[in-house]
Amino acid sequence: MQMGWRWDFTFEILPQMAIATLNTILAAGVGYAIALVVGLFFLLGQKTPFKIVNWINREIVEFIRSTPLLIQLFFVYFVLPQFGITLSAWVCGMITIGLHFGTYLSEVYRGALEGVPKSQWEACRALNFSTIYTYRRIVLPQAFPIAIPGMGNYLVGIFKDTPLLSTIGVAELFHAATAVGGYNYRYLEPYTLVGIIFLTLSIPAAMWVRKLENDVNKAQGKIKK
Amino acid sequence: MTYFEFLNEHGVTLLLGTVTTLKVLVCSMILYVIISMIFGLMRLSKNRAIQGIATVYIEFFRGTSLLVQLFWAYYVLPFFGISLEAFTAGVVALGLNFGAYGAEIVRAGILAVPRGQWEAAHALNFTPAKRIKRIIIPQIFPIILPPAANLTVELLKATALVALVTVVDLTFEAKQINSITWLSAQCFGTALLIYYIIARFALVPFLRWLEVLAARKVGKERI
Repeated sequence: MQMGWRWDFTFEILPQMAIATLNTILAAGVGYAIALVVGLFFLLGQKTPFKIVNWINREIVEFIRSTPLLIQLFFVYFVLPQFGITLSAWVCGMITIGLHFGTYLSEVYRGALEGVPKSQWEACRALNFSTIYTYRRIVLPQAFPIAIPGMGNYLVGIFKDTPLLSTIGVAELFHAATAVGGYNYRYLEPYTLVGIIFLTLSIPAAMWVRKLENDVNKAQGKIKK
Repeated sequence: MTYFEFLNEHGVTLLLGTVTTLKVLVCSMILYVIISMIFGLMRLSKNRAIQGIATVYIEFFRGTSLLVQLFWAYYVLPFFGISLEAFTAGVVALGLNFGAYGAEIVRAGILAVPRGQWEAAHALNFTPAKRIKRIIIPQIFPIILPPAANLTVELLKATALVALVTVVDLTFEAKQINSITWLSAQCFGTALLIYYIIARFALVPFLRWLEVLAARKVGKERI
């Protein structure tokens, strides 16, 4: 077996890796979309006036947040079929990622809502705005820029956690690299390529989030142009 | 099979796995704290080269997935003649990855120390090394500990990944038991519970205690 880097092998596997990259991006996108919605539900659970619901919600969030995503994946993938619910690896992965990061996003939402000064609420009360109108026109537009960095970070976070999906057999980038590596018994190029692809995608994404944060702050007049 | 029979049969195995998980956690925690201190300081260096090295390191390890780094350390490094044991590879990958996140926390902490402290140390003619060691570093702990606590809980969760490079930890044992008995709910449920208990009733209280300690210490020094 030849040691060192082999360019011919690299180019041979590159098309396969490129296709798998699309799968990774798809997984991250779908997972993120689910997480955004799940986060809203956890937020609602936190904001309801029933103490018992608040408490249950908080314990669930706390539990999901302090246990590893990997075992949650296994749990969903292996346990649901025992109750007669057979889902594909893709669906299981998306559900788990959505739940896991939904708890994080609910915290982001909560922090953003709390970041809006209380006086804004009081002013709206004084002006006799309805609660919905207050949220829609006053609170949410101010909360959104506060939430953007957190939301962006978790998008990048989900993207970087998608390799875990390969452990339950979702055909994403890392899965493809392992398959190619096992087939040819060369792990150097596949795994290095995965690393490079991740870098080339996540660094621009992180920079974009930073820029977005800046732009929104500027539009809000928080930073002078 | 009831749950108690399950625990009776496999409880010891899971506990042994838990011990390994704790070992991985403690080793990688020590490593990541050291690394984040060094690179956090390097990131603030006035020397362009040192600063550049730290930036590249941080961006690299934050930009790629932990799992990729782990597999790279375990399966690819042997190509370069460096064969690490699974445990070592796991600890090193975890330490390097979380060190990159920690370095950013340390950097932010140092920047959050009021300017007056730097100026005062300067005015008292402290050497740069002494300024950092005796004035700045002791003051960053109350600032960096809350985010560092979050990061450490993330580290505990991330230790589960070392099972994938054949370290026999809690996750590995749970997977193993699952493949023998197919009692998935029991073994993964128990594993989840153990992680939760470690995080909620051991790690977080410990970190809170550190926070209180650090705050108190700075308060005392100020008086």
